[in-house]
This record gives sequence, C-alpha cells and structure tokens, in this order.
Amino acid sequence: MKFPLSWLREFVALPSSVTADQVADALLRQGLEVESVSHLGQDLVGPVVVARVLTVEVLTEFKKPIRWVSVDAGEGEPRWMICGAQNFVPGDLVVVVKPGATLPGGFAITARETYGHTSNGMICSSKELGLGEDHSGIIVLPEGSANLGDDAIALLGLQDSVVDLAVTPDRGYALSMRGIAREVATAFSLEFKDPVSKYSLAKIGTSIKAEINDTTGADRLVLSSVSGWDSAAPSPLWMQTRLTLCGMRPISLAVDVTNYVMLELGQPLHAFDAQKVHGTLRVRRAVSGEKLETLDHVKRPLISDDLLIADDQGPLALAGTMGGLESEISDSTSSILLEAAHFSPTTVGRMSRRHKLSSEASRRLERGVDHNLPPAASARAISLLCEFGGGVHNTSIDVDNRRIQGSINFDPQYASRLVGYSYSIESVESHLRSVGCEISKGEKWAITPPSWRPDLTISEDLVEEVARLEGYEKIPSVMLTQSSSRGLTAVQRARRNIGRTLASHDFVEVLNYPFHGSEILDSFGVEKNDSRRNLIALINPISEEEPFLRSTLLPGLFATLKRNIGRGAKQVALFEMGSLFFDEGFTKSPTIGVDKAPTSAELTALMGSIPRQPQSVAGVLAGARESEGWQGKSLPSSWSDAVAAASAVVESLGARVEVRSAEMTPWHPGRGAAIYADGDLVGYAGEIHPRVLKNLDLPTRTSAFEIDLDRLGVARPVHAPIFSIQPPAIQDIALIVAETVATGEVVEALVAGGGAELEQVELFDRYAGEPIPDGSVSLAFTLTFRAHDRTLTGDEVAAMRSAAVSEAISRCGATLRG
Amino acid sequence: MSAPNKSYDPVEVATLKVEYLRGVVADAVAAFVAASNGEALKDARIAHAGDRSPLSLANREIGALPPAAKAEAGKRVAAARQEINQALADAQERVDVADEARVVQEERVDVTLPVKRRPVGARHPLTTLRERIADLFIGMGYEVAEGPELENEWFNFDALNIGVDHPARSTADTFYIAPEGSGLVMRTHTSPVQARTMLTQQPPIYVICPGRTYRTDELDATHTPVFGQVEGLVIDRGVTMAHLKGTLDHFATSMFGEGIVTRLRPSFFPFTEPSAEVDLKCFRCKGADSACRTCGGQGWIEWGGCGMVNPKVLVACGIDTSEFSGFAFGMGLERTLMFRHGVTDMRDIVEGDVRFTSAFGMEV
Repeated sequence: MKFPLSWLREFVALPSSVTADQVADALLRQGLEVESVSHLGQDLVGPVVVARVLTVEVLTEFKKPIRWVSVDAGEGEPRWMICGAQNFVPGDLVVVVKPGATLPGGFAITARETYGHTSNGMICSSKELGLGEDHSGIIVLPEGSANLGDDAIALLGLQDSVVDLAVTPDRGYALSMRGIAREVATAFSLEFKDPVSKYSLAKIGTSIKAEINDTTGADRLVLSSVSGWDSAAPSPLWMQTRLTLCGMRPISLAVDVTNYVMLELGQPLHAFDAQKVHGTLRVRRAVSGEKLETLDHVKRPLISDDLLIADDQGPLALAGTMGGLESEISDSTSSILLEAAHFSPTTVGRMSRRHKLSSEASRRLERGVDHNLPPAASARAISLLCEFGGGVHNTSIDVDNRRIQGSINFDPQYASRLVGYSYSIESVESHLRSVGCEISKGEKWAITPPSWRPDLTISEDLVEEVARLEGYEKIPSVMLTQSSSRGLTAVQRARRNIGRTLASHDFVEVLNYPFHGSEILDSFGVEKNDSRRNLIALINPISEEEPFLRSTLLPGLFATLKRNIGRGAKQVALFEMGSLFFDEGFTKSPTIGVDKAPTSAELTALMGSIPRQPQSVAGVLAGARESEGWQGKSLPSSWSDAVAAASAVVESLGARVEVRSAEMTPWHPGRGAAIYADGDLVGYAGEIHPRVLKNLDLPTRTSAFEIDLDRLGVARPVHAPIFSIQPPAIQDIALIVAETVATGEVVEALVAGGGAELEQVELFDRYAGEPIPDGSVSLAFTLTFRAHDRTLTGDEVAAMRSAAVSEAISRCGATLRG
Repeated sequence: MSAPNKSYDPVEVATLKVEYLRGVVADAVAAFVAASNGEALKDARIAHAGDRSPLSLANREIGALPPAAKAEAGKRVAAARQEINQALADAQERVDVADEARVVQEERVDVTLPVKRRPVGARHPLTTLRERIADLFIGMGYEVAEGPELENEWFNFDALNIGVDHPARSTADTFYIAPEGSGLVMRTHTSPVQARTMLTQQPPIYVICPGRTYRTDELDATHTPVFGQVEGLVIDRGVTMAHLKGTLDHFATSMFGEGIVTRLRPSFFPFTEPSAEVDLKCFRCKGADSACRTCGGQGWIEWGGCGMVNPKVLVACGIDTSEFSGFAFGMGLERTLMFRHGVTDMRDIVEGDVRFTSAFGMEV
C-alpha cells in the first residue's frame, strides 16, 4: 500500500524532523516490508498558483494549433501565456507556473518569446508537476475547489513523500492508514488515538432490507441509504490528491469516498445506485448458471462457490471483489445504498483467484479485515458523501453474526524461551498492549487479540509480536554445537563421484528443465510399449508444447547441445544428472488431516502415492573430440567416447564394466552398446541413429549415453589389491577372426584360457585388408603374464600363451596369424 | 718393438727421451684443445690417447729396457699419460657442455603453440554450490536430506500449514500433475523434505535439504520455473531463534567472507512462527557505499526466509511440542550464486551454455 507522509501525520503526531525514510526504516524493522520511498517535488520551486482562464485566442499560422491565453491568477492584471493544450475553455480553473519557478526535473520557467508573443508562465499538466504520467492535457480543477492565486503546491500535494509497503498475508490491518499509523506510533513511542473511535453509525433501523443467507461467507453486513445525492458533485481536490498519491485513480465522488475510507480505515465499501436495487439486498452463494457483468465490462458466468451481493432480481456484485455494471452509480443516480460487510477471507480469496480479479477490496478481505469496522466505516463514508455530495443519511441496517474471538492462554516467559533473549515481563505486556491485545493476568495470561488482528491465534503469534516490537536486531547470534553427523550418504557420494568423473572426462554439466513434448519420443522411434512412453503430464505446463515430465535425459541434452552449436561451439560434450518421472499407474493419495501425525499406514499410503522418480545420468557429445591444429587432424568424437564415458561412470564406483552390442532407440543399431555393471544392465551408450539425428537436426555422428543411477547403485567396497613384484613376461599375438565376432568376446576367451597368471590383455592393432581374407579382421594383442611367487620360465609362458590362444580359437573361431 | 737387450741404453731410445715425451704431451693437449665438439675430440683421443698413439707406442718400449732403467722410464711415461688424460678430461667436459648446449638449442620449440586440443569439462556451479553448502553444514553436524521433486500435496502444503485456500496452491503458482485431483504437484519448495524427515526420524534432527523446486514463472533475467533451494531444519530441545541467527551468521560468513553476517526482519510464512526474512550484509560495500549497485545503497540484500517451526507443522509431523522446538530456513541457490559470482542474468544459469559453466570448473 502506498501512502503519503502528510496523511500519516494526521493520525500520529510525528515530530516534523522525522522523514519518510525514517518512517520506512521503522516500519521495516517492525516487519512491514517497504517497497520504495519516493520524494515528490523535491526540486519543485514555486510560484505555482491557481488561476482562471479569461480568454483563449487560437493562433492558426503554426503547424499545430497554439493558444494565446490570458488568465486571472489573483494578481489584479491578466497574465498572458502560450499554451499547446486544447482541453480547457475560458472560465476553467487551471494551475499556472510563473516565471522564476522551477518544475520537477530542473526545468526553470522564464518569461520567453515564443510563437510571436511573450509567454509569462505556463499552464501545467499532471506530468509537468510530477503528479503522475498523465500528459494528455493540462489540469482542470473542479469549480470551487480553490481561490485564484492559491498555492497549488500545497493544494495538490506536489511536495510530499510516498512510502510503498508490501504487506504480508497476515497483516491485512496494515493496508490502511489506521493500521500503519498504529505501527508508526508504536515505533516512535507516540500516542495513538484510533480514528475509528470518532465514528459511530446512527439511524440504525429496519426500514431497508438486508440479509446474510450464507453465514460461512459473511458474518456482518451494514447497509445504509443516502438520498438527495447530487451525481454531478465532484470529489474535493484534497481527496483526489490523496487517492492519486496512494496509487488510485479518482473517478467520481461516490467511488472516491468508498476508496478513501477503505484507504483510511481498511474497510472495503461498495455504493449501489439505490434505484437499481430491488427488494432485499442479500449475501448469498451464486446458483450455477447465473451470470454477472462486472465493472470491468466482463460478463462472468458464476459457479455455486461464488459469493454474491444480490437482490430479489439477481446478482449485483461479486462480494468483496468487484461490483456489477448494472447497479453502478451513474450520472442519473439520486440515491445510494452503501454496503460495508465482513466476508470470509478464504471465500473472497478463492473467488478472486477463480475470476482472476484481484481488487483493492479483495486484497484486503483476503488478508482479514476488522469485523468491527463496518458500522464506523459506513458512518465515515456517509458523512463524506453527505458533506460533498449533498446527500442525506436516511437509515442503516446492521446484520451482525460475528463470532466471539477466543483468548490465547499465554505464558509470559515463553517469548524469552522461544527466542533466546530475555524480555522483561513489562516489555512483553507493553508490546502486546500496543498491538491492541487485552491482557487478563493470572499465572498464565489470557490474551484477547484485537478485532483487527485475526492472524493472532497461538502463543507463537504473540511471541512474534513481542520479538518484532522489541526489535529482531536484539536477538543474539548463538551457535548450536552439540550435533553429530554421519556425513554424506553412499548415494550422495556416488553422485559426486560420477559428476567429477564426467567433468574430468571433459564433459560439461548442464541442468535442463525436465519438460518435453511427446513427439520427441516419436522422433527417437521409441516403441509404444517402451516404459519411456509412460509419461506424466502437467495440468498447467509453462508451454503447451512441453506438457510432459521427462522419462529420459536425452531430449534436454539434445536441445542444449543444439543451443551450444547454434552459438558457435564446435566441440561440445554435455552431461546431466537428475530425476526421471514414470507413470506406473496412480494410486489416489489419501485424505489426511494435519491435527496429528499420520498413522504409519497413512504415511505408507502417502509415500506410495508418489510416482517412481529414478535418478539418471546421461551425456551427449558432438563435433571434434580433439581439435584440428598444428599437431594434426582433428579427432572426431564418436560412439567410442560415449562408451568410454559410460564405462568411466560405472568404474568410478568400483564396479566391473561390460560392454555388449545392443539395439536400443535412439541409438544406431550397429553402433550402440548396452552397459553392464557387475553383470547388471545399467544403461546404453554409442552413436545416435542417423535418422534421429536428421529428425532433430543434430550433427552427424552425435553420440550419447544414459545410465540408470538407481540400478548402478553406490560405490563398491574396495579391497586392497595384491600385486606381484616379479618381472612380467610379454607376449604379442595376432588372431584372425570373422569381423562379426565382438572383440570383447575374444578378450574374454583369452582371459579365460590364459589362466591366473595372465595379468593383462591389450589390443594394440586392429587390421582388415590384404592379406587378411575378406570378412575377417586381424586383432593383435599384447598379453602380459606374471606369477606372484616366481619368475615364469619360457616354457611356462609359452604354455600359457598357447592355452589362451586355444580358448580364442575354440570360442571365437580364431586362427593364429603367422 | 725391440727385443730385450742388456746393453740397451735407454738414453738411446728416442721415444722415451724426456724431450720426445714433452712433445707428445704438447701435441695431445693442443689437439684436445683444438677439438670443438665430441666428434673431433673422439678423433683426437684416438690419435693421442689411443692404443696406437705415440705415448702408447713409447710405453711399449719400456718392456725392452734393462730392469734398472724400467722404473725411471715408466715414471716418465706415466707422468706424460696423466697429463694427457687430464687434458682429455678437461676437453671432454668442455665439449660435452658445448654439445648439450647445441642439442638443446637445436631442439628448441615454440612453447607458445596452442597445446589444448580438448575443451575442459566442468560441473554446473549450482551443483558445486549445493555441495559446498552441504559440506559446510555437515561440518556443523547436519546430514543431507532429500526428497522427490514430484511430491504429494500433503507434504508440500498441508503438513506445512498451507491450507487448501492458500494462494500458493493455485495453478498460477504451482505445477499440478494430471489428472485433475491427483493430489500431486511439482514441489514448490524444499520444505516438504522437512516434513518427510520429521515423520521418519526421531529428534534431534539436524538436516540440510538442497534440491530442485518448481513454480510456474516464465524464464526471464530474474525468474526461472525450475530453480534450486537449500533448506535447513533443526529440531532439538531448547532450540531458539538466537540459535537460528547464529547458524545463519555462520552460513553467511562461510559463503561470503568475514564480516558478512545476516539481519532478520519480521515476515510471514505459514510454516514458521515467528518468521523472518534473512538479509545478507552487502558483501560488496559492507554497508559503506550509499551508491552501491549490488545492494542499492541499502547495505543489505534479501537472501531467504526463516523462522521457528510453526507448532502446527510440528504436530502434523509427529513432533512432541512440549519437548522439542525447532527452526528452519531456506535460500534460493540461484540467488546465492548470482550474489557470489556476479551473475547478472538468470538465463545464463539455466541455458547450459558451456562457456558459462566451464568458467566455474570443479568447485565454487
């Protein structure tokens, strides 16, 4: 809420030396967040005065119409000036700035020659005076609102400070001058006299009819009738000025008065044209199918949860949210029905959200308005309507179903215990009283919170009041020291380990949004019965094209890969670790209260209602793995880099990796591998299918891997290796096998045949071509043999080598090359 | 070689004469000195110190001398050999140094040639920031708690005293999971992990919960629908707001440096009472610059929210409020990263441009 300091001063006797910034600081300390403090007209220097337009001569010889105007600024002599604005006629009251003055922005006014005349001043628009952005024309003041020559700076509030508060949902009272003034008075230890005490509603009777039909939606309704209304009467200038400074637009006297009283006291009010209200005015729920056209010219279909102000003929207004167009005050209105009510905060909140209609009224009602306010606020509004609109207050009716507010059983020591700071009993009492609480002292205190603080319901609420008014800065800073920790879990350590492993393999981590469309899986060629098709959808996605939660990390990685390439990157390797989401059939989650902990059965049901969200790690890479340069040609990234990275992930946890040829979308059927950890399938790696790359417009030979981290598990315990210090015996062999034989199988055979002393098998060459027969390849291996207890003899090594080769021959159809 | 001859007069053996040996030494030394590299010195060594060198030939003559003369002649030859060897050693050392200097000169390369053929990998700074925060709190006796990103409304809202009509539950703020009425949402904060932890562990509880959270904001320079939070929760006997303040101060100082403490400002959250906003002392100007661009001259920057856990939350999560109290706090990870590293646009954190991430390497 925005408010000018000048208005605040009417409620609190702030010393004149106190600035708006000091007020803002004090409010901030007490928990009212200050959005901004603006100082208006700081560089404005008068004279700026009220004047009446005497004559207007239009000068036509220029490109645009220019007016040569004389005004009476109360100086005896007419004052002449040039003006470009068109929105005034002789007789209008305007604001004139005289030579010698300086307008906001440092714009100095002098008598100057222009359009062939000497212009002795300027007629001002709102924007020129720093009042707002309205530059559509000059200000025309209401007739009778000022005398000629009056200082317009004071009249229009041109020099003031405006504080803008962001009010949290628990502090509805601070959306009024009444509530803000109370806080400021407390902050500066000044006396506060509640303005509400000045107003009491007279003439309460039953000659107008009002009812509350829905007692859950409203507990108080005050309706007043004002007749003899002059619909042409303007709002007084000071009221318009304050509304403007508070960020509201002056509209008409009736609307301005209801807004003004709302800003002043906090009570939303609504004025109906009495002639448009038929029979009894009532608060009721809507009947499904009813419609209402609201003041914003939107025809709204209503549902049965909507709370209405209605008459015998139908809906008049969305209660506490927005009035209806039909019963709006108009130029022909001569009598008014003024409504002030206390509606249920949740009902209003629901309704305003449903209709996407957040009004000044609904914002206040949603946060909680004082249920004692409707009569006093009605009295205040009626007096303003009568004073400025010539009306007569006929009668009012007060339908009152208020519930008695209970008291809180409060231990006055509790504040000190909970906060960890010693508050004196006296300060606890004085803070609670300054908030407006009534205290009945016993061993424990019975605290009755004030009617404007519906947020105070438990002891902790009272502790917060004590702590904030004493000042949060008093709370000492004390370290807790007694806890002990077991550190990270095995799963958490595994994730770190994998992240570091991939980064040290030159992959860059990204964190993509987990949203995508279903057509990406079509482009992948994912089959209908693939579990990745069990997508979970959002009801309200950010983008209608991406309503699903990811079941694989690859779509996000591909998109980010493309973005990087689009931005000029030539060598990109990316990885991501995160959650996947699978729809495996929903179990309806149970309805569980919060007044006690769920039973273990309920807790199990709650936990069980949540879909499976396995953790996954995936990577993509494209472009050169090593760039071209003086050292040689570039080394393109390939399926082997993806397999290497996937293997590194598995091995980083101490698991034994196995790579087997496999077909899986979206990988290339001949260049994809299944990755096994200690014999369990954990993921896939290799080059992406060329058709997928084409569909997605990705670089050729883009490769990727994805590994299910839940399946991979955590780091295996490491048993220290026992290694031989005997000299190794090295044997090179070359085997010719059919090219369809997987190298991995040949290695497995050599290992199996070589026996315990075969320490290592390394492929050092793979060759196809003359003299190797077509359809075959030559695989050259270095075999390292070593025993633990002795140096192997030549005969022993030869026998082992021969055993290894024999196994490869028998398992893989290999022949030993010459 | 001459045959032994008893009447042999050593004075008559020309090659054993003092003058001759002096000449041999002088020739050798001159040759060694003249050798400018290893190759030349090798030739000179063979010529002047080899098996067929004048000195070796002279040495052979000694055998033919009468015994009485052998000793004298042997001394002369040995002295000459020593002189030659010394000169050879000196020369060898000289040419070795010269040769080495030449070789390293010839092997010179341009070390300013680009040597990096692979872009370097990196971890996302949000990940490493999370880890750093986790490590800090582990050091303070906390453990790292985690929970699912797709969460039941009960954990995300109900248990945290966020009633069914609370605005945060609207589809304008929260992602809901189809079908309508599933009771499932993308968690809007990491606070449901609090509820899960309290329901599955006995106090005392000291946990830090970093994680991914979701709200229906469009991506712009300061917002992202998917963001990171870190939440802290302590439930123990006699826990006070002063402990909360102490913890936050320690956190702030550890993340932003000495002297960077926190300020608590009264605020409102449904799950804490009393509640506070956590402001961070401006780490740029430390409150000393009224024109500071980081804090707008306020001296403080909004960092997160905190408070004493609302007893309604404790009750819903099965904590005995007569015995235990607790505090909780939460911060945005992106915001923390932006502060700490001068990130000015949220999109840089989100979009995955490798140039952004690579700058952070393996640690923040």
